[in-house]
Amino acid sequence: MNKPVLVSFLVSGDPNPDATLKFMKTLDKYSGVIELGIPFSDPVADGPTIQAADVRSLSNKFKISKSFDILKEFRKESSTPVILMTYYNPVFKRGIENFVIQAKEAGANGLIIVDLPLQEATEYREICKKHEMGTVFLAAPNTPEERLKISDEASTEFLYLISTFGITGARDTFEQMTFDFIKRARTTCKGKICVGFGISKGSHAESLIEQGADGVIVGSAFVDIIKNYGDSEEALVKLEELAKELSEGIDKGYGKRK
Amino acid sequence: MKCEGYFGEYGGQFIPEVLMPAIDELKEAYFELKDDEDFQNELSYYLKNYAGRETPLYYAENLTKKLGGAKIYLKREDLLHGGAHKTNNTIGQALLAKRMGKTRIIAETGAGQHGVGTSMAGALFGLETEIFMGRLDTERQQPNVFRMKLLGAKVTPVDTGSKVLKDAVNEAMRNWTATFENTHYLMGTVMGPHPFPTIVRDFQSVIGKEVKKQIMEQEGRLPDHLVACIGGGSNALGLFHAFIQDKDVRMVGIEAAGKGLNTSLHGASISKGKKGVLHGMLSYFLQDEDGQIEEAYSISAGLDYPGIGPEHAYLHDSGRAEYASATDDQALSAFMELTRSEGIIPALESSHAVAYAIENAGNMDKDEIMVINLSGRGDKDLNTVIDIMQKRGM
Repeated sequence: MNKPVLVSFLVSGDPNPDATLKFMKTLDKYSGVIELGIPFSDPVADGPTIQAADVRSLSNKFKISKSFDILKEFRKESSTPVILMTYYNPVFKRGIENFVIQAKEAGANGLIIVDLPLQEATEYREICKKHEMGTVFLAAPNTPEERLKISDEASTEFLYLISTFGITGARDTFEQMTFDFIKRARTTCKGKICVGFGISKGSHAESLIEQGADGVIVGSAFVDIIKNYGDSEEALVKLEELAKELSEGIDKGYGKRK
Repeated sequence: MKCEGYFGEYGGQFIPEVLMPAIDELKEAYFELKDDEDFQNELSYYLKNYAGRETPLYYAENLTKKLGGAKIYLKREDLLHGGAHKTNNTIGQALLAKRMGKTRIIAETGAGQHGVGTSMAGALFGLETEIFMGRLDTERQQPNVFRMKLLGAKVTPVDTGSKVLKDAVNEAMRNWTATFENTHYLMGTVMGPHPFPTIVRDFQSVIGKEVKKQIMEQEGRLPDHLVACIGGGSNALGLFHAFIQDKDVRMVGIEAAGKGLNTSLHGASISKGKKGVLHGMLSYFLQDEDGQIEEAYSISAGLDYPGIGPEHAYLHDSGRAEYASATDDQALSAFMELTRSEGIIPALESSHAVAYAIENAGNMDKDEIMVINLSGRGDKDLNTVIDIMQKRGM
C-alpha cells in the first residue's frame, strides 16, 4: 500500500486562468493528485462555495478549452496526476470521445463526472478505456454493497467516497457514519479509496486517514481562500499553509494506523 | 447495468450518486402503488371530492364564432382547486410520499402554481412543506407566495444563479440530497431523473382521459387538434397522453417565444435548444457551445425553464407531436381576447395556447374540433398584466 495522499481541488479560471496555474504549482508540492474542476453553470452536486467559484470563472467568459490549456502548461513542469472534474453536459456537448481525446492530449490522468452515475456510463467507460483515460466514480454512505463493488471496479484511479449526505462544503466535524463507511469500503473495495466533502483541517485528514482512506479530497477549503484573497501573493501563502497542514494531518493519521 | 426510464434516447437518471438510493426507493414505491387499487381509490376520492374533478370541457362558442373556423373547446383546468392543473400531481405525489413514510415534502416553483399546489397537499396530508423559489419569481408572483405561506409552507427564496426557476430546481435537488431520508421531492413537471417524468405524466393523464370521454359525449368523435402550452410540459402531456395511439389527433405544444425566437429572450427549448443533460435527464436545453445552460425568458414565470421534459423531446423527434411558439405579445392579446369574449381570465401560460388558436383556428374548417388545455386561471398574473397595460398607457 502506498502512502496516503492529499487530493487538492481547484476550479479552473477562478478567478482567472493564470492564477489557477499558479495555484496548481503551489499545491503540487503537497498533493498526490490535483483535481481540476471545469466550471458549469448549474453545479447541483456542489455547495455555495464551489458554485460561487464556477460563477467567478464563467463570468470572465471562461471556456472549457482553457481548462485544457492550463493543464498543458502545468504538464510542462509537473507529472503529478491530474483528474478533471466536471458535469456531464459539457462532456456530452463536446462529444464524449472528443472530450476524452482533448483531455488526454492536455495531460489528464482521469475524469470525474459527478452527475454521470454507473448505469448511464457504459459508453463513457468504453471510450475512456479505449483512450487509456482513467475514471473515478463516486459512492455514498448509503450506496448498497453490490453497487459499491461495481463502482470500485469501474474506478481506475480511486473510488471517491462522499463523506456524508448532501453537497460539497466545509464542515466542522465528521459523523460516525463517515468512519463506518470508510471501514466498509476498505473491506469491500480492491482499489484505492479517497474521501471528500467537508474536509478543511489537518485534524479532519488525520482522523479519516487513520480509518484507512488512501487519500482525502479537499476543495471548498482551498476555494474559500481564493474567494477571500483572489489572485494575490497572500492567496499562495494561505493555500500552501493549508496544504501543509492537511499533509501533516495525513502523515499523523497514517502513523496512527500502524 | 441496464438503463431505465428512456423515451427513445431521452430521459435517464443523470444524478449525483448520493441520490441513487432515494431514486431507487421512489421507483420501487411508485411502480408498486401504480396498480394498487386502494391507492388509486384514495387518489380518485381526493381528486373528486377535494380538487373538484372532473373539470368541464367547455365549448367556447363566442371565441369560435369570432375566429370563424374550427370549433374551440376549453378543458377547464383553471376550475380545479388551486386554480391550475398542478393539483392533480401534487395530491398524487403527496399521497405517494405518505405511503413511503415521508414526513416532509419539498418543491421548486416558478409561477408559484406548483408551490401553491404542493402547499395545499402538504396542509391536507399533514406534511411539513418547503418551497424553493427564485428570488425574482417571488417578487413577480407575490399573491402566490402569500398563498403558500398561508397554507403553512416555508418559502425559501433562491439567490443563486439567475434567481429563477432553474436555480430553484438546483436548490431543491441540493436540499433533497441532504434530506431524502424523511423528505420527498415533489417534482412539479414531467422532468427530472426517472421515474419523475413518468410519475408526473401518469398523475396528469387524468386530463386527457376526461377529454376523451367528454368530447365523445358532446361531439361523438375525437378532436382534430389538441393544444397546450409548454414550460416543462406537464399540462400538455396530461392532455396528450390518452391520445398518443389515436394517430388522427394532432397534438400541438406551444412554447414561450418571449420577445421573439430571433432574440435571446425566450423559453423555446425545443425550437431553439439542443440536446443536453441537466437536472437528471437527457433532453433539449437552451445552452451555449460549451454546454453551459442559458437563461430562459418569458412574460410567464411558469414557462421560463430552459429545458423540456424528455417525453416531449421524444414526441418531437418522432413527429407524433408538433411544437410551435407564441410571443409575449401574442399571449397578452390572447389573454385579453379570451377574457372579453368568454368571461374567462386565463393564466399567461395558458394564454400561449389560446394564442395558437387565435392564429390558426380561422384557417381551419368549421367541422374541425380543437381542444385547448386551459391549464390555469389568470388571477395570479393580474399584477404582471396591469403593469404592462399601464406602461403602454392602456
